[in-house]
Amino acid sequence: MSDTNKNIEQMNDIQEAPLVLGNHTFGSITEKISSITETPPPKGWWLAFLFSLSLLGLLQVSILYLIWEGTGIWGLNNPIGWGWAIVNFVFWVGIGHAGTLISAVLFLFRQKWRTAINRFAEAMTIFAVMCALIFPGIHIGRVWVAYYMFPIPNSMLMWPNFRSPLLWDVFAVGTYFTVSLLFWYVGLIPDFATLRDRAKTKVRKVVYGILALGWRSSNRHWQNYEQAYLMLAGLSTPLVLSVHSIVSTDFAISLLPGWHTTIFPPYFVAGAIFSGFAMVITLAIPVRYIYGLESIITMGHLDKMAKIMLVTGSMVGYAYSMEFFIAWYSNNTYESFAFVNRAFGPYAWAYWIMISCNVIVPQLFWSKKLRNSIPVLFIASIFANIGMWFERFVIVISSLSRDYLPSNWDYYSPTIWDVTLFLGSFGLFFTLFLLFLRFMPMIAISEVKGVMPEADPHHGEKH
Amino acid sequence: MTPKNLYGMLAEFQTPKEILDAANAVRKEGYIDFDCHTPFPVHGLDDAMGLKRSIVGFIVGIGCVVGATAGLTLQWWSSTIAYPIIISGKPLFSWQAFMIITFVLMVLGGAFSALIGMFHLNRIPTFYHPLFNSEQFKKATDDKFFVSIEFKDPKFDIEDTRKFLEIIGGKNIEVIEE
Repeated sequence: MSDTNKNIEQMNDIQEAPLVLGNHTFGSITEKISSITETPPPKGWWLAFLFSLSLLGLLQVSILYLIWEGTGIWGLNNPIGWGWAIVNFVFWVGIGHAGTLISAVLFLFRQKWRTAINRFAEAMTIFAVMCALIFPGIHIGRVWVAYYMFPIPNSMLMWPNFRSPLLWDVFAVGTYFTVSLLFWYVGLIPDFATLRDRAKTKVRKVVYGILALGWRSSNRHWQNYEQAYLMLAGLSTPLVLSVHSIVSTDFAISLLPGWHTTIFPPYFVAGAIFSGFAMVITLAIPVRYIYGLESIITMGHLDKMAKIMLVTGSMVGYAYSMEFFIAWYSNNTYESFAFVNRAFGPYAWAYWIMISCNVIVPQLFWSKKLRNSIPVLFIASIFANIGMWFERFVIVISSLSRDYLPSNWDYYSPTIWDVTLFLGSFGLFFTLFLLFLRFMPMIAISEVKGVMPEADPHHGEKH
Repeated sequence: MTPKNLYGMLAEFQTPKEILDAANAVRKEGYIDFDCHTPFPVHGLDDAMGLKRSIVGFIVGIGCVVGATAGLTLQWWSSTIAYPIIISGKPLFSWQAFMIITFVLMVLGGAFSALIGMFHLNRIPTFYHPLFNSEQFKKATDDKFFVSIEFKDPKFDIEDTRKFLEIIGGKNIEVIEE
C-alpha cells in the first residue's frame, strides 16, 4: 500500500480538492469507522444516552397519560383544534427530509461529497419520521381505532375517504418511511459485511452476519446492487419532494385564510430541506469532533451544507414575502387580515422569531469565513431548527386562532403535557440516534472508499 | 490430483487497476465461471468481466406499474363500489384526488421491487458460501481485491489455473473447498 500512498501525495497537488483528507488508505477508512462500533463508547456518549433515555421515559409517561385521560390534557380550545401535536408532526417530518435528499437527489446529481454524510443523515431521517408519526397517531384521541386510517377490510364494511388530504398524508409519510428504510438498509449491506468480517466475538459474528445477508463483495452482485441503488434514488427523488407537498395539502386544501394558498407545497419543501440540513449540521459537528472524523466529514462538507441552508433559507424568505404579496394582491379581506394578524397580532412574537431565525440568520452564510467557523455554524443551525418549529407554530396556531368570525376567536397556550410530549420526542430521536452511532457504521464505508482518488483504476496514470 | 470437494481458486490483488487488468485477462483466457470481489464497485469492472447490463431496472418498472394500478384500483373500487359516499358533492371517482395515492403506491411498488429484485438476482440472503472458508477472503470487505475461478468452469485445471493466476499477478493463491 505504500506505493498507493506515495501516489496519493503526488496526485493531491494536481487533482480537484480531495473529498477525504489526510493520508487515508482503504484499510484506514475501514479501521477508523468500524472501530467506533467495536470499542467502548466515550464518556460523552453515556451521558448523552442516559439523558436521552430519561426524556424517552418522559415521552412514555406523557403518552400513557394522554391515552388514559384524552386530548383534553392539551391546550386545545374551540377554534384551535390543532395545537403543538401537529406543529411537532410537521417539524419532525421536515427534519426528515435532509436524509433522503442527500442520499437520493445528490446521488443522481453525482455529488460525491454526499458519501461522508449520507449514512447518518438517512438514519436521522428515519428517526425523525418515527417521531413525526407518533403525533398524528396520538392526536386521534382514541388510539385503539387507529386502524380506521388504513384501507383494511372490516366488519363495518367501511372504507377510508381517499379524497381527504389527511389520508394522503398517511400514505405519503408511511411510504416515505418505508422507502427511506429500504434505501438505508440497502446502503448498509456492504458495510455490515465489513463489520461481520472484522467481528471477534460470537454475538457480533452472528448479528452482523445475519444483517449482511451473506454479502461477498462479488462484482456480479455489485452490478445489480448499484442498479437497485440507482433505482431507489430515482424513486426517492420525486417521493422526497412529494411528501412535504402532501403534508402541506393538509392545510392548503382547507378554506382557512392563511392556509388556503397554492404556494404551500414548494414553500413547505424548501422549508423542510432547510430544517433538515440544519439538523444534519447540528448533529455532524459534535459527532465529527467526538469521534475524530474531521478528515472524513471535512470543513468542505460543512461549507456545502451551509450553502444549501443559505439557498433554502432564502427561498423560505421569498415564500414569506410572496404570501404577503398574494394576500394584498388577492384583495381578499380575510386573507389580508390573516397575514397582518400574523405579523402584528397576538402571535407577532412567534412570527418575528421565525423571520429572524429562518431568513436573517442564514444570510450569515454569504461569508466564507462564517461558513467555515464551527461555532457560527453550530449556533446558526440550532437557530434554524428553532425558527422552523416556529414557522409551523405560526402557520397552525395564528391561522386557526382568528378565522372568519371574530366571536369565534381565541388565544392558545400549551399545557405542561404539550411541552413534555415535545421534549420527549427529542428523547426518542436522540436515543435512537445514539444507538445507531454505537452499533452501526455511521459513515458509508464502501461509498467513501469509492470516491477516494485511488479507487479510480486509472489513478496515477499520466494522460 | 484434484481434491474431492473443490469449489475453486482464489487470488489476491492489491489495487483497482490490478483487479481490472486481471478481470480482462481472465475473460480473454476463456474462463466463464469466475468472479471479482472488491470492497467497493470498481469503475469499468463490469465491462472487463464481460457482464451484461443488470435487469433490475425492468423489474422496478414492473413493480411501479403494479403499485400504481393497485393504488388506483383500490381507490376506485372502495369509493364507487364498496363504500360510495357523496362528500361535498364531488364525484365518486375523483381521479384528481386519487392521483396522489396512486403516485405514492407506484413509488412503494418500485422500491420493493428494487429490493426484492436485487435480492433475487444476487441470491441473497445466502449465509453460507465456500469462499467464506478462506481467512484471507475477509479482506475483500476491507482493502484487498480478489479473483475467484470456479471448479465447474470447463477450463479449470488445478495446475494451469494456478500458473495462470500467478502470471497475471495474483498473490496468496488459495484452493477453496466446499
